[in-house]
Amino acid sequence: MHVKQVSIFLENKKGRLLDALKALAKAKINIRALSVADTADYGILRMIVSDVPRAKAALESAGFTVKETEVIAIAVSDQPGGLAKILEVLNNAGLNVEYVYAFAEKHENDAIVVLRTENIELGIKTLTNAKVKILEPKKVYSI
Amino acid sequence: MFWQKNIETLPREQLEKLQLLRLKATVKRVYAKVPYYKKLFRAKKTAPKEIKTLEDITKLPFTTRDDLQKNYPDGLLSVTKDKLVRLHTSSGTTGKPKAVFFTEKDIATAANNMARCLTMTGVTKSDVLQNMMSYGLFTGGLMMHYGAEKIGALVIPAAIGNTDRQLLLMQDFGTTSIHLTPSYALYLAAIFEKKGRAFRKKLKLKRAYMGAEPYTEETKNKIESILKLKVYNSYGLTEMNGPGVAFECGFQAGMHLWEDSYLMEIVDPKTDRPLPDGQTGELILTTLTREGMPIIRYRTRDLTAIIPEKCKCGRTHRRIMRIKGRADDMFILRGVNIYPQQIERVLMSVAHVEKNYQIYLEDNDKMTVKVEITKKLFDGNLEHLKKLQFDLTEKLRAEIMVRPSVELVEPGTLPVSEGKAKRVFDNRKIY
Ligand SMILES: [Zn+2]
Repeated sequence: MHVKQVSIFLENKKGRLLDALKALAKAKINIRALSVADTADYGILRMIVSDVPRAKAALESAGFTVKETEVIAIAVSDQPGGLAKILEVLNNAGLNVEYVYAFAEKHENDAIVVLRTENIELGIKTLTNAKVKILEPKKVYSI
Repeated sequence: MFWQKNIETLPREQLEKLQLLRLKATVKRVYAKVPYYKKLFRAKKTAPKEIKTLEDITKLPFTTRDDLQKNYPDGLLSVTKDKLVRLHTSSGTTGKPKAVFFTEKDIATAANNMARCLTMTGVTKSDVLQNMMSYGLFTGGLMMHYGAEKIGALVIPAAIGNTDRQLLLMQDFGTTSIHLTPSYALYLAAIFEKKGRAFRKKLKLKRAYMGAEPYTEETKNKIESILKLKVYNSYGLTEMNGPGVAFECGFQAGMHLWEDSYLMEIVDPKTDRPLPDGQTGELILTTLTREGMPIIRYRTRDLTAIIPEKCKCGRTHRRIMRIKGRADDMFILRGVNIYPQQIERVLMSVAHVEKNYQIYLEDNDKMTVKVEITKKLFDGNLEHLKKLQFDLTEKLRAEIMVRPSVELVEPGTLPVSEGKAKRVFDNRKIY
């Protein structure tokens, strides 16, 4: 149930984000979802990609500092308050959500959301108990 | 444990009296016998009779590396050549080497100082010292050998290399102490890890002395934990007889420098003004007993500070701190002397960043430290990066009294200069 996310360290310099995306395009890797978190000088680009090991290799050989992290991908019914309900479940369980971002594409009418909790195992357990639909990694990479 | 308790614990007053006596004799000797020194003295309008107290040493000229190179091969001798029994050289990275000559008595003094050092760390005649250093023009191997033999320890002159044989020697002869370079020690550590605990249990290793190359505290800790022994810091240089100039005692809180053999001063490397005990500056050494080739006020270019407090071990010879860097690398910011190694130490302690950093100085005394974000430092968490940046800034401020701005940059973006990596980029137009 652990989805692998590729995170890279980016300096806030013109063209660096583009360089990263170009490196992936050259390796024929599809980006399923993407988010950037930044400060004034640097940031982290987070992505769900079609092929994690090859994406990592391509980015590293292009000189980027890459880290694989584990996240949870869930299906959220596409209606107002859908995500809020899920986050509430985690909040009630005392689990801190570090970040959340969404896939561009829908999956069987559901919105796909990537989230990372401090404790992934506990996050999965809590979500499973609350009957939240958690997606298999294999499915996620190919959406 | 003491090798010569009387002299090692001689009350300061008597020690200083002895130093003055020896300083006067040394100054007289070089003035009379070494034309080059006579010339230097005259250029500074000074003469041996000017030396009435130890403080008067500041009236004397410095001897630089350049002076030694200029006088290569034998321009600074104060005895006739038939009195000499040994020479060592130290090669510079550029230009001519430096040659240092020894009389029989000089060798005996150096060996005796080395014996004090080793005894201080617990070596006795029942110990077995495996000397894994190069024997040759380099002073490290031979001087350690002589010192250990003087104590009566069993010396294995294993020299460098052939690791299988080194391990066999350790095992078969019960080596208790090793002398080696830090890079070889790291190599051995990797082999010890591979061989496992059972192998280490067969050995009697207790202590290691590392020389010839500088090493970080982290390297030292790593070697101590893997080889399961104590590493004692030491200080020496060929110009001053090689190893054994200063050494850690059992308390391991700074290195005792043998003040009956060397007169030490700390000066500000930019202004040449003497600095009080406790302040960091360039270490200046004058030989007090050397016959063959006495050296007056040698500029070691090494940065350290004298520890004024008395050591718990009872020795009265003052200690110096671990060498903090080279005077050549120092820069001044807002009137504060700063050297890259200070910054490096903080980076190491906070983030295990060792070499991937650069310091930029801009007008208005603005200082920026750029730190490369390597795989080791990056876990994909933005808050951790922000915290790292904050911690680095605060720790650096505490260390150098100036608040730098810390920037995190991608690896490979820092300009690399040929050969030695450049650390400090001083873009200030106005000083
Ligand atoms: Zn001591």
